[in-house]
Amino acid sequence: MSSAQPVPDARGRFGPFGGRYVPETLTYALDQLAQEYEKALADPGFLHELDELLRHYVGRPSPLYHARRLSRQVGGAQIWLKREDLNHTGAHKINNTLGQALLTVRMGKRRVIAETGAGQHGVATATACALLGLECVIYMGQEDIRRQRPNVFNMQLLGAEVRPVTSGSQTLRDAINEALRDWMSSVESTHYILGSVVGPHPFPRIVRDFQSVIGRETIRQCQQQLGRLPEVVVACVGGGSNAAGMFYPLVPHEEVRLVGVEAGGCGPRPGEHAAPLSFGAPGVLHGSFSYVMQDEDGQTCAVHSISAGLDYPGVGPEHSYWKETGRVHYTHCSDQQALEAFDLLARCEGILPALESSHAVAKACELARQMSPREAVVVCLSGRGDKDAHEIARLRGVSW
Amino acid sequence: MSAVDAAFARLREQGHKALVPFVTAGDPDLEFTEQVLQVLDRAGAGVIELGVPYSDPIADGPVIQSSYTRALGRGIKLEQILEMLARVTPRLQAPVVLMVSYAIVYRHGLEEFVAQAQQAGVAGAIVPDLLVEESEPLRRVCQARDFSLVQLVTPTTEPERARRIAQASTGFLYYVSVTGITGERQRLPEELTRQVAALREHSPVPVCVGFGISAPEHVRLLAPVADGVIVGSAIVRRISQLGQRPPGEVLQEVEAFVKSLAEPLQGPTAG
Repeated sequence: MSSAQPVPDARGRFGPFGGRYVPETLTYALDQLAQEYEKALADPGFLHELDELLRHYVGRPSPLYHARRLSRQVGGAQIWLKREDLNHTGAHKINNTLGQALLTVRMGKRRVIAETGAGQHGVATATACALLGLECVIYMGQEDIRRQRPNVFNMQLLGAEVRPVTSGSQTLRDAINEALRDWMSSVESTHYILGSVVGPHPFPRIVRDFQSVIGRETIRQCQQQLGRLPEVVVACVGGGSNAAGMFYPLVPHEEVRLVGVEAGGCGPRPGEHAAPLSFGAPGVLHGSFSYVMQDEDGQTCAVHSISAGLDYPGVGPEHSYWKETGRVHYTHCSDQQALEAFDLLARCEGILPALESSHAVAKACELARQMSPREAVVVCLSGRGDKDAHEIARLRGVSW
Repeated sequence: MSAVDAAFARLREQGHKALVPFVTAGDPDLEFTEQVLQVLDRAGAGVIELGVPYSDPIADGPVIQSSYTRALGRGIKLEQILEMLARVTPRLQAPVVLMVSYAIVYRHGLEEFVAQAQQAGVAGAIVPDLLVEESEPLRRVCQARDFSLVQLVTPTTEPERARRIAQASTGFLYYVSVTGITGERQRLPEELTRQVAALREHSPVPVCVGFGISAPEHVRLLAPVADGVIVGSAIVRRISQLGQRPPGEVLQEVEAFVKSLAEPLQGPTAG
């Protein structure tokens, strides 16, 4: 983990973004978490334990795979896939949950709560809790329970309790609300393992740091396998944890173009997409100041994405900072483009990508097409798509 | 001196404590809110707390959440709430403070929000998701306009920090009685009166206690140690019966309930 941290500052600010906008009740736990995290970073035992788990339990480093058939099919730059889908539990989420579960034990807490959208963070949290013997409660929107059924059962198999959330839009945003409400009452004995680079300080920093293993490995692997860094790196952005983990170590390498892909849904109007960096404005949601989809009164807008993991009206404050500084270019792609990319990768490479990651694949193909075959695009393939098979079948009218 | 300071000064002279009832603006509509504010005032409210509905209220339990959902379901906007307040506040004795998320304040602009609220006769605001560290910009705007900005202290707040928050609070200081979200509770924490008394020693502004308080016996317990008692969910739940019962009947029940809460606060003479 890097020691020189230009952002965030001590109050959790990434430029003007971030901070802490939560009820006073949570201050104590957030301060405790920030302090424990600092101590853990200075403790070689902690870093060694996490590193061992990432290596022997998660299976890191995840491969950097040259997708030759896909590259030929697209006809342009060489496309490389950072295979986070091959991690234990099938996504990048486990990088963060193991780190935070170890922090939970250090803080002497025995109960963990978490929110989940696509279910990947829920499964990764349930997994880390099973491994460390922690009680685990997962909040999940009723709509997401419907469209990510396999993950719900997996969490239960791992010993977690899945609590359906029926308020509001019954998706990720409401699951975070419910988890925060639980934490308001249980803060003394419970740790909230937030799954993305969102929320109040210190979560955006902690989650980014735990996910940065993705970018660090990518840099090393590119140097070994390509002999240089790629021209372009692409990742999908919901809350933005896989993208933050991929981009953060690459930010100082200014020759590498970084592209974040939001969920464009089915159109540019409010309610049709989940792309606050593309269509929103700065505001406050879930404890942090960042780009958000809000109406003119400050009420959070309904959002839409085919992908449960991207179906969120906010985004991590560091992404807002990178957008403002111009270091990362943010764009979006539609539900339809994501579905086409899903098919393309399945048939060219024999890989079923998560619908979230399919957004990044779609944009990477589009960019690669305009580039030379001597150039390279790396895509963060953040998760595997088995969990989406059921929803894709439903959309295509296939019953099983 | 804001209207909230004046209200507490007046109560102190009379040897009374403040009942601070909470209702949600626009639940189920603004016409009803306009009526219920007058009922609260008549029934003995010292200060009235009016909730501005918000889509993601993480500090609120199911009763207040549902009232926000009902109001937002009718497309209520801050502008309409302030129009209603401009009409009704001249008729109220008790000052009105808004309970409002920083998401809403920020979106409107800090200056604009405070100016417009003040124009509508609002005396102050409680911003439950604005920690003292983040409150500096809004505090500056409020101070310049003598608009109260009430800060909150909770059971998880360290004593040193609680003193800092009390110094920054204007109008009154909101002590959250429980580690949790809003909602009625059968019993209040045993250590509560001791905590409130300790906080009051260090607070330059009156201390009001809220969260979980739902019955006259709770108020009676707190009357000797606090400067005021805040009651929300127990009133909002009674209002939520509208639809099954005629508005007149609900208003009567609210009035009787609020009177029963106000009575233990009205000093020895009210006995």
